[in-house]
Amino acid sequence: MATAPTDSSSSPSAARIALVGNPNTGKSTLFNALAGMSVRTGNYPGVTIEKKLGRCVLVEESVDLLDLPGTYSLAPRSPDELVAVEVLTGEVVGEPPVDVIVCVVNATQLRRNLFLVSQLLELGKPVVIALNMIDSSSARGVTIDTERLSEQLGVPVVATSATKRRGIDELRQAVESQLGIDCSAEQVSRRVLPDLFYKIRDEFRQTLSGPNSASSSERVGLPSDYLIERMLLDQGGEAERRFVSGQGSDARRSEVNAALADCRQRLNDQLGDPIELECNARYAWAAENLTGVVSDVGALSGKMTDRLDAVLTHRLGGLVFFFLVMFLIFQSIYSLAGWPMDLIDGTTSWFADLVTSVLAPGVLRSLITDGVIAGVGGVLIFLPQIALLFFFLAILEDCGYMSRAAFLVDRVMMAFGLSGKSFLPMMSSFACAVPGVMATRVIENRRDRLATIMVAPLMSCSARLPVYLLLIAAFIPSLTYLGGWLSLPAMVLMAMYLIGVVAAIPVAWILKKTLLRGEVAPFVLELPEYRVPSLRVVLTRVWDASLAFVVRAGTLIFAASILIWFAGFWPGDHSRQYELQQQLATAVADSDQALALQAELRGESAQLLERSLLGRIGHRIEPIVAPLGWDWKIGVGALASFPAREVIIATLGTIYSLGGDAEEAGLVGALQKSTYPNGDPVYSIPVALSVMVFFALCAQCVSTLLVIRRETNSWFWPVLSFSYMTILAYVCALLTYQVGSRLF
Amino acid sequence: MTTLDQLQPGEKAQIVRIDGVDGIAARLREMGFVAGESVQYVRRAPLGDPVKCAIHGCRVAVRSGEAQRVLVEPQH
Repeated sequence: MATAPTDSSSSPSAARIALVGNPNTGKSTLFNALAGMSVRTGNYPGVTIEKKLGRCVLVEESVDLLDLPGTYSLAPRSPDELVAVEVLTGEVVGEPPVDVIVCVVNATQLRRNLFLVSQLLELGKPVVIALNMIDSSSARGVTIDTERLSEQLGVPVVATSATKRRGIDELRQAVESQLGIDCSAEQVSRRVLPDLFYKIRDEFRQTLSGPNSASSSERVGLPSDYLIERMLLDQGGEAERRFVSGQGSDARRSEVNAALADCRQRLNDQLGDPIELECNARYAWAAENLTGVVSDVGALSGKMTDRLDAVLTHRLGGLVFFFLVMFLIFQSIYSLAGWPMDLIDGTTSWFADLVTSVLAPGVLRSLITDGVIAGVGGVLIFLPQIALLFFFLAILEDCGYMSRAAFLVDRVMMAFGLSGKSFLPMMSSFACAVPGVMATRVIENRRDRLATIMVAPLMSCSARLPVYLLLIAAFIPSLTYLGGWLSLPAMVLMAMYLIGVVAAIPVAWILKKTLLRGEVAPFVLELPEYRVPSLRVVLTRVWDASLAFVVRAGTLIFAASILIWFAGFWPGDHSRQYELQQQLATAVADSDQALALQAELRGESAQLLERSLLGRIGHRIEPIVAPLGWDWKIGVGALASFPAREVIIATLGTIYSLGGDAEEAGLVGALQKSTYPNGDPVYSIPVALSVMVFFALCAQCVSTLLVIRRETNSWFWPVLSFSYMTILAYVCALLTYQVGSRLF
Repeated sequence: MTTLDQLQPGEKAQIVRIDGVDGIAARLREMGFVAGESVQYVRRAPLGDPVKCAIHGCRVAVRSGEAQRVLVEPQH
C-alpha cells in the first residue's frame, strides 16, 4: 500500500493525470478520494516541492494521479514554481508527460479560480474541471449551471464535494472520456489574451531559434510555447531567468535579452503593460464566461465567517483566544502523549528484555539491544507527540483558523524577516523540531521556508528538557524570591527556552540578508471561510505525517544508530563483559552476588566505552572542550548524543557507572560528587550552565538533520544547520563558562 | 484618489491601478486586484499589520506595504 518504495511500481504505460488548483479548494481531499491509500511521495530533483503520486482506477483505465502544490497562477517566480509548470508542459527530464489536467475549482469563488483555468487551457492538454465544494455553494442559495459553464469553456465540468464524497464517480468518467484526446487543435480557440500578443510571442520564438542567432548548437532546447509566453509576461520571472542563464555564451545571453526587451517594448506600445494585460484579460474572460452561469457573482458570502472574525481577530479578544488555543495545544501534547509514550517505552524495553533473554551475550545481542532497539525506539517515542501535533494542526488548518493565526502574528514574525506562516512551524518546534520542520510545508515561498527550517531547531524541544532538568536539579540552588513567587531553577529553565528564541532573530535576519536574499515574498494570504473540520481529512493528515516520520526518518535513524553503536563498541575485548552478563542472568535477583556483578559489569562497560573509538575520540577532543569547563566525559557525552540530545543522560549514566535515566537521582549525586584526578570537582554552576547553553543551541539530533535533508532535498541545508548551530553552541557555551567562572 | 491602506475600516473603493512589476505586484494582480474591481477594507490585525480586505467574494490579508501599491477611488 502506501509505502511502495520506487516509481517503478507505476506502470510506464499508464496515463498520467495531474491535479491542479488554488489553495483552499479541497484539492488534497479530492486527491485522497480518488487515490485512496495508494499514495507515495518523493521529490523532484533539485527543488523542495513534494511529488505526491497515487494510483486511481477511473472506469476501466487505471491511471497515475499526480498532486501538484496549490497555486493561484502558473506564473513561476521561483525554481519550485517553475518545476510545477514544467511538469504540466512535460518538460521535466525523466517525468512522463501529463495526459489530462484536472483543475479543482472552489465553487464559492468561481471567478478568481477561473484565472488559473484560463492559463491551464493554454497548455494544449485535455482539461477537466472539478467544481468542488458545490455543497457549500448551494447551501447559501447560489446556483451554478454546470452544463452551460462546460459549453462556455469547452471542457467537461463536474460538480463535486470531496469531503462528502459526491460527484467522484462522475469525475472519474469525465477524466476517462478525455484520455487520448488531442487538444492541440483547440489551443488557438482557447486563447484568452489578444491575438496580437500571440503574434508577438511567435515572433519572439522565431527570433530565439531564427537563422540570425548564434551557432546552431546553441539554439536547441527552446522551452514550450507556454514558457515562452511566461518569459514575455513575467518581468524578472523564473522562466526568463532560467532561459537566459542557460545560454552558452555571453554573446548569446545579451542577444536573448535584447530580443526579450524588444518584444516587451512592442507589447507595451501596442497592448499596454504586459502584466496588466494578462490579468485584465483573464479576469475579463472569467467574468464573461460566468454571466448567466452563476446566479450570484462576486458577493461576499458567509456572514458567519465575518461574525467569527470580528471576535477571533479582535484587537484584544483575538490575541487572548490565540494564546489560549496555543496553550491548550501544547498542554495536550504534553499531557495526552504521556501514556502512549510510556507504552512505546515499555514495549521497546520489553522487546530488549526479550532479546536479552533469548540471545546469548555477544556482538549480535549488543547490536540489537544497544544499537537497533535503543536507537529506533528512541525515535519512535516521539511518534505520539507528532501524531497529536499534526492532529491539532490539521484541525486548525481545515477549520480555517490557521490563516487567522498567521494574520495575527505576522507583525511579530516580520522581526525575524519571516512571515506569519512561519509561526506554527516554529511553535511546533518547542515540542519537537521534526514535525516543526515538516510543518514548514505550508510556507509556499522557498526562501522563507528554508529560513524557517534553519531556525526552527533553535527552539528548545522536549528532548532538551531532561538535560536542563538534570543539571538544574544537580547544580542550581533552589533559591526563591518575592515571597516564593519566583524561583531560581524556574528562571534558569525559562532562560534556556528564551536563549533559542533570541538566537533565532539574528540567524534568520542574516540568512535573509545573505544566502536567502531576494525579492521580499508577497504576503497575500487568503482567509478562507470557517467550516467544521472533516474528521476524514484530519485523520488522513495525521496518518500521512506519522507514516512519513516512521518510514523515512526511521530507516535513516536505523542506520545512524548502528554507526554510533559501532563507535561505542569497537575496538575492545568484550569477553569479560559477556561473561559477567552471563553470570548475572543466572544470579538470584537483588542478592549480594548480583549487586556485586552489576557493579563490576558497569565498571567493565564504562572501561570498554572509554577504550572504544568513541572514548578515544573523547580524550582526543578534551583540549577542545576544556575551555568550556568540560572534562572528557562530558565531551564524549556531547559526541555520543549526536543522534539525539537526551542520549547524553544515558551516556553520562553509563560513564559514571550508573544505570542511566532510570536512576536520575543517583546520577544527580554522581555528577555532584565527580572530581578531576587532583580532587577538584568537575562541575560548578558555570560548568552546568555551559553544558545547558550548549545543548540549548547545538544540533545534536540526527532525526532533525535527516528530516531537513528530506524536506530540502539537499545535503547542503542539514550540513549548514549542523555547522552553524554547533559553532553557535560552542561560542555561547564558551562565553557562559568564561564569564561565569569569573563571576562566581 | 488614495491607497488601499489609507481607507477606514468597512470602507469600499474601486481599484484604479497597481504599482510595480515585481512579484508582489504580480501576486496582487493574480489574486484579483485588477483595475475596476471593487475592494473593501475590513480591519487591521491587532498588531497593526496586515490588513484584512474583501475582494470579489474572497477575504484576503495583505501587508500595509502591499496595500500601499493599490491605488483606489473610494466609493460612497
